[in-house]
Amino acid sequence: MKPFGYVRAASVEEATEAFAAHPGARYLGGGTNLVDLMKLGVERPAVLVDVSRLPLDVVEELPDGSLRVGAAVRNSDLAAHPMARDRYPALSQALLAGASGQLRNAATTGGNLLQRTRCPYFQDVSKPCNKREPGSGCGARDGVHRDHAVLGHSERCVATHPSDMAVALAALDARVELYGEQGARSVPAAAFHRLPGQHPERDTEIRPGELITSVVLPAATAGLPSAYRKARDRASYAFALASVAVVLRVSDGVVAHAGIAFGALAHRPWRAQRAEEALLGGPATPDAFARAVDLELAAAEPLRDNGYKVPLARNIAVDVLTRLAPAAAT
Amino acid sequence: MAGTGTALGAPAERREGQLKVTGGARYAAEHALPGRAQAWPVPATVARGRVTAVDATAALRLPGVLAVLTHENAPRITEPEDPILGVLQNPAVPHRGWFVALVVAESLEAARAAAAAVRVEYAAEDHDVTLTADHPEAYEPESVNGEHPTRREHGRRASDSPAARVNVAYEVPPLHNHPMEPHASTAHWDQGHLTVYSSSQGGTTVRETLAALFGIPEERITVVADHVGGGFGSKGTPRPDVVLAAMAALTTGRPVTVSFPRRFLPAVVGHRAPTLHRVRLGADADGRLTSLTHEVTTHTSRIKEFVEQAAVPARVMYDAAHSLTVHRVARLDVPTPSWMRAPGEAPGMYALESAMDELAAELGMDPVELRIVNEPEREPDSGKPFSSRHLVDCLREGARRFDWSRRDPRPRSRAEGPLLIGTGVASATYPVLVSPSTARAQALPDGTFVVRVNATDIGTGARTVLAQVAADALEVPLDRVRTEVGSSDLPSAPLAGGSSGTASWGWAVHVACRELVARLAAHAGPLPAEGIDAHADTSGRADADSPFARHAFGAHFAEVGVDTVTGEVRVRRLLGVYAAGRILNARTARSQFVGAMTMGLGMALTEGSTMDAAFGDFTECDLASYHVPAHADVPSIEAHWLDETDTHLNPMGSKGIGEIGIVGTAAAIGNAVHHATGVRFRTLPLTPDKVLGGLAG
Amino acid sequence: MGSDIHDSEAGGGPSAPPDEHRSTTTLRVNGKPHTLVVDHRRALLDVLREDLDLTGAKKGCDHGQCGACTVLLDGRRVNSCLQLAVALDGSEVTTIEGLAGDGEELHPLQRAFLDRDAFQCGYCTPGQICSALGALDEAAAGHPSHVTAPAAPSGRPVPLDADEIRERLSGNLCRCGAYPRIVEAVEDVVR
Repeated sequence: MKPFGYVRAASVEEATEAFAAHPGARYLGGGTNLVDLMKLGVERPAVLVDVSRLPLDVVEELPDGSLRVGAAVRNSDLAAHPMARDRYPALSQALLAGASGQLRNAATTGGNLLQRTRCPYFQDVSKPCNKREPGSGCGARDGVHRDHAVLGHSERCVATHPSDMAVALAALDARVELYGEQGARSVPAAAFHRLPGQHPERDTEIRPGELITSVVLPAATAGLPSAYRKARDRASYAFALASVAVVLRVSDGVVAHAGIAFGALAHRPWRAQRAEEALLGGPATPDAFARAVDLELAAAEPLRDNGYKVPLARNIAVDVLTRLAPAAAT
Repeated sequence: MAGTGTALGAPAERREGQLKVTGGARYAAEHALPGRAQAWPVPATVARGRVTAVDATAALRLPGVLAVLTHENAPRITEPEDPILGVLQNPAVPHRGWFVALVVAESLEAARAAAAAVRVEYAAEDHDVTLTADHPEAYEPESVNGEHPTRREHGRRASDSPAARVNVAYEVPPLHNHPMEPHASTAHWDQGHLTVYSSSQGGTTVRETLAALFGIPEERITVVADHVGGGFGSKGTPRPDVVLAAMAALTTGRPVTVSFPRRFLPAVVGHRAPTLHRVRLGADADGRLTSLTHEVTTHTSRIKEFVEQAAVPARVMYDAAHSLTVHRVARLDVPTPSWMRAPGEAPGMYALESAMDELAAELGMDPVELRIVNEPEREPDSGKPFSSRHLVDCLREGARRFDWSRRDPRPRSRAEGPLLIGTGVASATYPVLVSPSTARAQALPDGTFVVRVNATDIGTGARTVLAQVAADALEVPLDRVRTEVGSSDLPSAPLAGGSSGTASWGWAVHVACRELVARLAAHAGPLPAEGIDAHADTSGRADADSPFARHAFGAHFAEVGVDTVTGEVRVRRLLGVYAAGRILNARTARSQFVGAMTMGLGMALTEGSTMDAAFGDFTECDLASYHVPAHADVPSIEAHWLDETDTHLNPMGSKGIGEIGIVGTAAAIGNAVHHATGVRFRTLPLTPDKVLGGLAG
Repeated sequence: MGSDIHDSEAGGGPSAPPDEHRSTTTLRVNGKPHTLVVDHRRALLDVLREDLDLTGAKKGCDHGQCGACTVLLDGRRVNSCLQLAVALDGSEVTTIEGLAGDGEELHPLQRAFLDRDAFQCGYCTPGQICSALGALDEAAAGHPSHVTAPAAPSGRPVPLDADEIRERLSGNLCRCGAYPRIVEAVEDVVR
């Protein structure tokens, strides 16, 4: 880790200005991923702009019934927040399925979205990785890739995004609010992360210097039955082999709303639009769920050693949909 | 005299417990000697080749950097007996992760930054790190770990075909010890005397080794291993940290700590080598084995032949008209494997006891009964009588406690919603090992006693149990005895390993204490101020050949739930019953049994490492990717033992207990998974990727 | 009294003043204020172990993957290896050394760990105890866990049974396998 400068920002504006003023700057939130990667030599900031104490640590209901979660809200506080738990169960469950109590106490909402892949080639600076060092190659594609992507990967990168929370946000139609030199904007959570394509070095749609200020959960999915399920190698404190977040509303036996997103299958939380479209207006039965999920996963292109992810993802999605269906009936 | 003769077996509280729960116990890297510097190693990034250039210019220019040691400038040491200690002596790179430089700096941050700034160039050569059962370079070594013969064959192959037969292959991946305290040493030279605080399972060997490497008499070396944060075999022999720390301290004239970053451990502290097993069993209609073949193929490194003796336990367990056990090893460009808790027995008994379960299924026989039917009268390989063997009692007692009789033997016969529930059993065995040790016992005028022995407490409770041994031998209450362990200035003693520590040290402590009792009896009048002491050396006794085959035995029972949605397997219940001689401390013994069973649970379900064919290193090199079991994986675990009396062991009548808990646990869990699902999984660990595929058929 | 402020160096050369790579930070550790000039790279764990000689917090992985370094930061359990000290100016830190309080009396969790033989090598133990302490407070404050029933009422204290304790302590690895005894020890304190 090279020596670096440190600036503590008192406001969002000050933070973005400090970032712009210091080439090689990085924002510091909870640090749980950034400090880890700095120790590995993967991240080499010249300056850290500390945004952990910005007044972005509030969870508040907006007049339209949506819920704004400040980017500095800690994962454990968000998971425990009654409005998150009661209105967006999948979000709370996803947060609690991730990491450990200690890490959730430190990790922030914004930082969670910006965490980097767990690909072992990305983490090892002595190996090629197009994400870490564009053009250097990909060690995982023909290497050890049991944990890697089955959907949306490219010749250049087969990494997955490790967040649990982001999967729930994608399914819940959340939006990510950003602030940068060009002012404030927001993007759908499901479109915030990118597919690798030719530029796996870019994880997200965030622009240089932009800061995540909050995440907004819409009124539309508030209170809808939702759930998160994660499969992993050990019972706790492990990244997902596959996960799914589901939001479901059933009206008169017919699916009226379906939000489905997969984790650990792709370079971003994978919003299963094809499956959702197939379900809408159709029966809420296990068969229908299975057909819809299969339709989505037909696009999967497993690597040599990760074909298991397809049936795994299918099973957990059908299971969660089926379990939610009775409660989802209105 | 109150409390005499009753200390052994009592659940005495750990003597260092208070220090450990208050943060006061200091480990090797925590001795902040004045002016102490920190070091950071630089691992090789090629799997085979040699270093052609090291450019430390940029590293040395960084603030706080004191030195960069390389093969060009590091102190020369005598060629070590253990090649893994020959660090920074020549440009050869025998495997990826081998240390090619060491940075010494004022702070951890400066050392880490400078290590990243050292530029190393290599002439890389083609490498081969991939083990296969038919690897063209695999050979039968002269002997395997533990000095066992590579091949043993008894009887003749039967010409008629058996009533039931099993011919299967099992695979155990590379496994990592990963003690919670990374390997670390703090070294300091003061007027020609070398003091090292080293995270080691045996300070006596560390001292001998350093004396040989640095060419100084042992009297000028002190090795302290006061508290050691686990080892599980990986600290059983000196590791490069202690050599590098001594070199760096010599070079800089400062005390230096070398504490290995966690990610570097898999390459330099040994690992359990992968083992590929072929097991063939034949049995008559009554279940009696007619033939038993266990063939093991494993790997070792280019610089050292270490052969995991995984076919050896078959020589102890079962009799058959024809038996063959053989090992083959391939030298590959891999890190050097070494001891990991129950080397040989842990992977070997996974394969053998899984195959026995398959045989029971073939025969339609209860797997407990099959084992009882095959109980030998003498040790099959040596023909020696057993000093004691209560495996059948362990199986029966375990079956009773586990409620085995209520088990529906049909596979896939029990479900709870999406969970398939199954139970399994496996036997365990571990040899009784013991080594000569010295010890000193001292009686003080105030009526207290001090026992001194360079034992190492790696978490077993050595201080406590040795006090118990002493109290009984001295016929005094436990609280009158103090123990001093963990320094090479104390009477020399063998390592804490091979489940032999307590037996070895305890024997010497016992003899010293009895001798002291005799001296005290002969002494008239008050004791002199310095007290009276007695010394013991068990050479010639502890290592004498025994006419008996001496082993501990045990039985493991497991219940698992297999999630048919995800393929996730979770243990619901684990129960072990052991016959391991006299249990010397019920409290710490239970912790050791339960702990080893937990590691067996990990071996079965969560732990596994992958040798990356392209890069030649272990992919799962940190604790986020190499999954040792977490709290949530471990339900209540029961450990029980029989009161076993064996007079052919040592004065305490004890067998080792540190390792047997892992032996057979993975088989019991795997057998339970078969019972739950009806599917045989023969490659560990049983992670969802494998299990889900198997469930789908 | 009241002037027990320590000026010390952390991760820099001798008497290095604050500069672009070093800042002055004040931490209250176990009730005692410490003002240090820290190298920005220095983690809280290394401040505790190297600068303050509080070696109870252990370095097991240095990457937030084992929990041995767990301390309470402003009352909440965190992995001190991932906390940059410079960012903690003004924070309150409690380590295992600060648990017992002023007297000799052990904290109930420490006593329970001893009574249950809830450790072997002892290296993960301070982290387990600090983590358990944090987990008890979290449950009392109504924080759910992965195994809390989704229907459990929000904002109410969560009763801690063995499953809850296991899940909540899963960020603390123990290679000696003392888990069942640790859970028993925590249950003793919950009761």
